[in-house]
Amino acid sequence: MSAPDTGLLVALVGNPNTGKSTLFNALTGLRQRVGNYPGVTVARKSGTCDLGEGQKVELVDLPGLYSLSAASPDEQVVTDALAGNIAGDRRPDAVLLVVDATNLLRNLFLASQVAELGLPVVLVLNQADVAKEQGLRIDTDLLSRRLGGVPVVLTSAWKGEGVAEIRRALARALAEKTQLARVAWPAEIARALGDVAAAASAGTDRAVSAADAQRLLFDATPSTAERLGWSAAARDKVLRSARDRVRNAGYNPMAAEPLVHYAHLRALLDGVVAEGLGKAGRTAAVDRLLLHRVLGPVLFVGIMLGFFASVFWLAKFPMGWIQSGVDALKLFVAPPLEPYPMLQSLLADGIVGGVGAFLTFLPQILILFLFLGVLEDSGYMARAAFIMDRLFSWCGLNGKSFVPMLSGFACAIPSLLSTRTIEDPKARLATAFVVPFMSCSARFPVYALMCGAFIGPLYGAGWESVVMVAMHCVGLLFAVPTAFVLTRLVLKVKPQPFVLELPRYQLPKPRDVLWRMWQNAAEFVSKAGTVIFAITIVVWALSYFPRDAAVAERVRAASPTLSADALRARIQAAYVEQSYMGRFGKAVQPAFDPLGFDWKITVGVLASFPAREVIVSTLGVTYSVGEGAEADSQALRKAMQDARWPEGPRAGSPIFSLAAVLALMVFFALCSQCGPTVATLAQETGGWRWAALSFGYMTLLAWAVAALVYQVVSRLA
Amino acid sequence: MTPLSQLLPGQFGKLASLNPERGVDQRLMALGLLPGMVLKLIRKAPLGDPLAIEFAGQVVSLRLAEAENLIVDVSADCPIQRPRQP
Ligand SMILES: Nc1nc2c(ncn2[C@@H]2O[C@H](COP(=O)(O)OP(=O)(O)OP(=O)(O)O)[C@@H](O)[C@H]2O)c(=O)[nH]1
Ligand SMILES: [Mg+2]
Repeated sequence: MSAPDTGLLVALVGNPNTGKSTLFNALTGLRQRVGNYPGVTVARKSGTCDLGEGQKVELVDLPGLYSLSAASPDEQVVTDALAGNIAGDRRPDAVLLVVDATNLLRNLFLASQVAELGLPVVLVLNQADVAKEQGLRIDTDLLSRRLGGVPVVLTSAWKGEGVAEIRRALARALAEKTQLARVAWPAEIARALGDVAAAASAGTDRAVSAADAQRLLFDATPSTAERLGWSAAARDKVLRSARDRVRNAGYNPMAAEPLVHYAHLRALLDGVVAEGLGKAGRTAAVDRLLLHRVLGPVLFVGIMLGFFASVFWLAKFPMGWIQSGVDALKLFVAPPLEPYPMLQSLLADGIVGGVGAFLTFLPQILILFLFLGVLEDSGYMARAAFIMDRLFSWCGLNGKSFVPMLSGFACAIPSLLSTRTIEDPKARLATAFVVPFMSCSARFPVYALMCGAFIGPLYGAGWESVVMVAMHCVGLLFAVPTAFVLTRLVLKVKPQPFVLELPRYQLPKPRDVLWRMWQNAAEFVSKAGTVIFAITIVVWALSYFPRDAAVAERVRAASPTLSADALRARIQAAYVEQSYMGRFGKAVQPAFDPLGFDWKITVGVLASFPAREVIVSTLGVTYSVGEGAEADSQALRKAMQDARWPEGPRAGSPIFSLAAVLALMVFFALCSQCGPTVATLAQETGGWRWAALSFGYMTLLAWAVAALVYQVVSRLA
Repeated sequence: MTPLSQLLPGQFGKLASLNPERGVDQRLMALGLLPGMVLKLIRKAPLGDPLAIEFAGQVVSLRLAEAENLIVDVSADCPIQRPRQP
């Protein structure tokens, strides 16, 4: 039995980090990402909320903002949503205004602006648990009366407390159309607003609301005028004389709105909040340590090193278990299929071998997101941005670029979306351009395979770690100069202000952190089941066919004295070499010859352009096709270690020499090999131009640097 | 009257004036930083820039260059109206 959908739309609006997404999750049962950093939600997301009594509404979670005078794209999303300006979306029928109960004054400034929209409102005072701990007592009845009778609900969204009241209050607000009391503007300002509204709608059928008139009069940016389609020529004179009127009343037009609202709110809040005895938060004390002049940076570096170190070493054990599982599965599926060599090869080499090689890296993904979740939900992320701001300022960026860049080490796609919190469009573009350089978790399998098979066995575990860490820095090494040139010379970004709220610390909430890990793990596994699976099968087929029996005959005839095993391997090699893949790889290989790649690596590299992790499963397939039952994870390593150049100037020497291994890793560190990243970049920068530029730049850079590495190292070694 | 950038860590002051034409100041005004508001310079970042300031029950970062144009009255008897520690 489901309640009828009323077709009503309710928007969640409020300051950043007040708990809108937490509340959204509680009301809809969905799972939006939540975190203790101002700017976690950057796009709209909707779900269905049951109000009880047979009523359902559509609820929209929105990014947070401090003022309706929007500066950054995530804030623009809110003002567009409230104006019904998003394609395929109506204007909301009511607003669920979420406010931090511990700081009513600051939070209610936005409420005063929302009041002017004339929509039914429910005021939610969230984080009541913290307010109580601080000894704050809030008279919700008095506040409700002073605000014109809108329902005021005290909640702790995180614990689910007060959520049922919100449902009831929302039903009431929709029925009774409860509106927030509006501020009484001084007479001259009211007249100026009237002038603007009249002039903006004069001679057209466009509706100019009171809220629109305020945005037109008070904002320096023209975004509202542009949305209304009021031309610059028409509005300039009107706005100038209206602003003169405000000035004559003794207000600076750019300051009038906060001055009037805050004066009003101060009076309104008088007697609403009683400060009792409470625990002073520990935030100030923790900051004294974590932002200490000397200890702060030391701890920052320590935390970052710990972050990467645990991703490498903690994951080793579960990775071993998965590996054994994959090997066992191979041994289990292969023998019964002995009579059907093709099917055996498809299942054992293609699917289990290829996809299994990829799945081994699941523990790393989990640990990576565990750390990101803890850093963010504790409140440290904003401090990290605070510490790093100075360094970013050299590139014309600010600390807000730190968060996308750090999370770029996990995955570029959410990181590209998180650049929306950056106000300046050029700074945002520059940040988005360098995010794909960060060594994302998909590069990890490549490094792990190469280091595990070559660096470790040849030079010891110490060097293996060093190379692992170095590979994660290669991208950064090229990202910094790229950002510098881009911001200083190409885009000419102006120095950025850096106004970021430092939220209070809290113990990370296991539920939110675990949920984030789970979602990313699910995505990783489903990717293994779809994209990786499909590409793996294609690569397997291309390296298995054509399978002319004559090839085997020819090898047998040419070397009649070989042992059965050696003969088998020889036949195997002959088949792969004359497969479609072998022919194609050999044709393209000259382009990658300066990098020391043979045709098999070349094939792997080309197959990896849609998704770079594919290289692991591709090498898994090309180096083990037909090996069937015998092939286990050690076999891939061994096959690669034993691979020799069959001919040419390098004949007889190992294909995976130190130079080639390093070149391959550097190539993967720098190359743009991720379809979704390129598409997201295009979407976020408003066109294919920058996405194409990024793709071309990164790919050429990768080729050139990898060639340099190969040539230099092979000469030195 | 001193620019905010010259306050010492831990020092209180009352905002005397800012420049409403600047984008940063408009953001700060929306957060409640208006003339007459008591604020405290909590600390400078380890590298000397930006600053962390506290006002109206919140801690906000701000760069030195922007703090230069915020004029603060340090002689005012502010500590009584101490902003609450968040
Ligand atoms: N103590 C406490 N913490 C809460 C409560 N509700 C949310 N939080 C925490 O506050 C932080 C912010 O929550 P979100 O739901 O991400 O806030 P948001 O308003 O969606 O934030 P943005 O998307 O950044 O605008 C998270 O760390 C939550 O766990 C609450 O009732 N009590
Ligand atoms: Mg959110």
